[in-house]
Amino acid sequence: MPRMGYSFPEEVLEHVFSFIQSDEDRNAISEVCRSWHDIERWSRRRVFVGNCYAISPTMVIRRFPEVRSVKLKGKPHFADFNLVPEGWGGYVAPWISAMASAYPWLEEIRLKRMVITDESLELISKSFKNFKVLVLSSCEGFSTDGLAAIAANCRNLRELDLGESEVEDLSGHWLSRFPDNYTSMVSLNIACLGWEVSFSALERLVGRCPNLRTLRLNRAVPLDKLANLLCRAPQLVELGTGAYSSELRPDVFSNLSGAFSGCKELKSLSGFWDVVPGYLPAVYPICSKLKSLNLSYATIQSPELIKLVSQCQNLQRLWVLDYIEDAGLDALAASCKDLRELRVFPSDPFGQEPNVPLTEQGLVSVSEGCPKLQSVLYFCRQMSNAALMTIARNRPNMTRFRLCIIEPHTPDYLTLQPLDVGFGAIVEHCKDLRRLSLSGLLTDRVFEYIGTHAKKLEMLSVAFAGESDLGLHHILSGCDNLRKLEIRDCPFGDKALLANAAKLETMRSLWMSSCSVSFGACKLLGQKMPGLNVEVIDERGPPDLRPESCPIDKLYVYRTVSGPRFDMPGFVWTMAENPALRLS
Amino acid sequence: MSVPLEHDYIGLSEASPSMEGSERSSGGLNLKATELRLGLPGSGSPERENGVVAEDRAGYPLGMLKSLLVVSGAKRGFSDAIDGGSGKWVFSGSGGSEAELGKGGNLFSPRGVNGSGKGGLGGGSECANQNPGLGVPVLKDGVVPQSPKPLQEKKSQLSAPAAKAQVVGWPPIRSFRKNSMASHPPKNDDDSEGKFGSGCLYVKVSMDGAPYLRKVDLKNYGSYRELSSALEKMFSCFTIGQCGSHGVPSRDGLSESRLMDLLHGSEYVLTYEDKDGDWMLVGDVPWEMFTYSCKRMRIMKSSEAIGLAPRAMEKFKSRN
Repeated sequence: MPRMGYSFPEEVLEHVFSFIQSDEDRNAISEVCRSWHDIERWSRRRVFVGNCYAISPTMVIRRFPEVRSVKLKGKPHFADFNLVPEGWGGYVAPWISAMASAYPWLEEIRLKRMVITDESLELISKSFKNFKVLVLSSCEGFSTDGLAAIAANCRNLRELDLGESEVEDLSGHWLSRFPDNYTSMVSLNIACLGWEVSFSALERLVGRCPNLRTLRLNRAVPLDKLANLLCRAPQLVELGTGAYSSELRPDVFSNLSGAFSGCKELKSLSGFWDVVPGYLPAVYPICSKLKSLNLSYATIQSPELIKLVSQCQNLQRLWVLDYIEDAGLDALAASCKDLRELRVFPSDPFGQEPNVPLTEQGLVSVSEGCPKLQSVLYFCRQMSNAALMTIARNRPNMTRFRLCIIEPHTPDYLTLQPLDVGFGAIVEHCKDLRRLSLSGLLTDRVFEYIGTHAKKLEMLSVAFAGESDLGLHHILSGCDNLRKLEIRDCPFGDKALLANAAKLETMRSLWMSSCSVSFGACKLLGQKMPGLNVEVIDERGPPDLRPESCPIDKLYVYRTVSGPRFDMPGFVWTMAENPALRLS
Repeated sequence: MSVPLEHDYIGLSEASPSMEGSERSSGGLNLKATELRLGLPGSGSPERENGVVAEDRAGYPLGMLKSLLVVSGAKRGFSDAIDGGSGKWVFSGSGGSEAELGKGGNLFSPRGVNGSGKGGLGGGSECANQNPGLGVPVLKDGVVPQSPKPLQEKKSQLSAPAAKAQVVGWPPIRSFRKNSMASHPPKNDDDSEGKFGSGCLYVKVSMDGAPYLRKVDLKNYGSYRELSSALEKMFSCFTIGQCGSHGVPSRDGLSESRLMDLLHGSEYVLTYEDKDGDWMLVGDVPWEMFTYSCKRMRIMKSSEAIGLAPRAMEKFKSRN
């Protein structure tokens, strides 16, 4: 390759590049010149593919031959809420088989919302001799048999994190497949498993892995066994309990309390299913060191929550149910000045009436009392523009704001006006806002505010909002950094979509369901934009059997360099450039 | 149009919007030149009418739609095309919009917008104080008066007529969380048979006359149709006659008691016990709500089910 006389030798450049980890920087490096592009691609060790269909495994492997760590995402986010029908896609098998031969030194695989089979897990366990990290977030398609293969064959495994995946529980004995001389576990998260795992195997595993820092148990691990586990792993930094309930017995309590006290490094707690309040004081000794507390499965009432939270002065992250009530959030605001992230989940999401006194006031309190609060997910039943404006003014450092007012189209309960102005204040004051979810009664105006102000916004979720295409147009034409847009049940149609077609190529993906996009417009979009996959998802049958002006059910548009995919089920149609090539 | 380079799509970490940055800096891609702009000859004001989209669908054949997609180098304002210029709502960085969007236009007072970079609501708290006409109470001490009760009726007038219960995937809660909460309801019900909610939703199914019960994992099914076929297969050994399956595709609608059809027409009725301990007819509520509240199921002989249906409907009505 041509080399300038004054440039550094390759080895030096490679060494320099090895300090550059961020993908953004590496992309920039690779654009400087041909030789830098080459050196960079040989030295890139981590690859993140935000949409597994945006590129083919072959292309990735061809460009980056020496990768050690791969992260892939499959289904769109709304799949979490059952909006993506079963069988849509997100299969990781082609990636695994391609990497099995191309990346023998692969160490890490992280998947989100993908379908992975036991065969793939077995292939992973046998193909990568130095395999260390397997993270399966919200995945499905596999069983404990696949896990058994991983346990049996991955001698150097450090991290096994099953996230919130759906695992077919065939046998709890897969844990016993870790050989007796296997001692390298650092992080184990099996919280999603529904049935018991072999407890003795778990105990022995925990006992022989001195570097274990994270242990998230599943609900089936009883409380009276927890103390034992903790005593074997006093070095734990993150713990997820199993069911936190047992008959109240002083010996069990004191064992537990002693075990917790022995864990001097514990900074994160989760689990707490089926909490018996009498056992909560067992964790009091370590509260002051806690940085992260997930009580979102704990059905305990406000007084106990207040007692607990008031002792966690160093808390940075709290996930909790709305049982905490406004009063509890007041206490949180008073005690936890280092709080960065708050998530409040609904205890009775399908109830028609509020079942607990949790309102917008709780969130306002926290926004006032916690100067570092930057990430919020809040389910509630009433909101006002005034409260939103207060929150916005209090917390201009907000970066993620997701508000879910449970009843669609709920207006400002004080003025009965739409909540446009309130959300407008959020985007105006919080200049670094990267993620936003809207709810409540909203007109096109809110989108005008968003398009005007939310210049750093990367992900926007919209439901039951807006009045016309103008709303969608504001978003697509105004949000310069938008990467992911997901919309459901909004009166947005063809005009804004087609007028902003080019914008879609600058984004990762667009999801629109139960809107007013016609089949004709989808076809047009697919024909005019070869760089996009325009997928029509409709379980009613082929869209071309209905008039072209008929609205389709669901639309998923994403940019890609590998053309239409070949694994679409019968209810997905891709609007290809040449209709004759359309595969279904 | 140039083909986007591979590197633009991979290797981008979640937190960084590197896509757009790299495209602008590379100089090799210039999508502005190929920006597609809408060129409608002009139509009625779209902003306040929901019906506008319907008009389009009816009134614009595909030929017209094609003409809407104009590839040009010049940027045509969406507003010019749509509204004949009655209001400019193209917000560009060069500042300002004198938009008079509807009656609430006072939010966009021109002085706050012209090139000052503070468009929209103006700066900070000044706006709220200077626009008393907005009717938004200004918070002085952060205390917001709560009076939800009297407003309930008004709220129902304002909200969309769509039945509240009929929404798939709303509120947006992950299945894992829903299932965890569902199997052990907050009322500390001791009757819940120890099924560990995380990851599965096993419920007992009994059938009148059958010698033993079965258990099914409700999470394995996505609709009433799937559930009823599965149950039919499971219990077919106890029933006489064929076990056909209906090929008619159907949506997850409400009150779709095809379960009676599948289970030999009028001979059996599928019922379930909900969290409150009431026996309900399967099929009335959306699937997700059903999986959330179902504790066990019973395939009842129709002769015993008389009197059940009216109760179930009453309860459903009283909940709405």
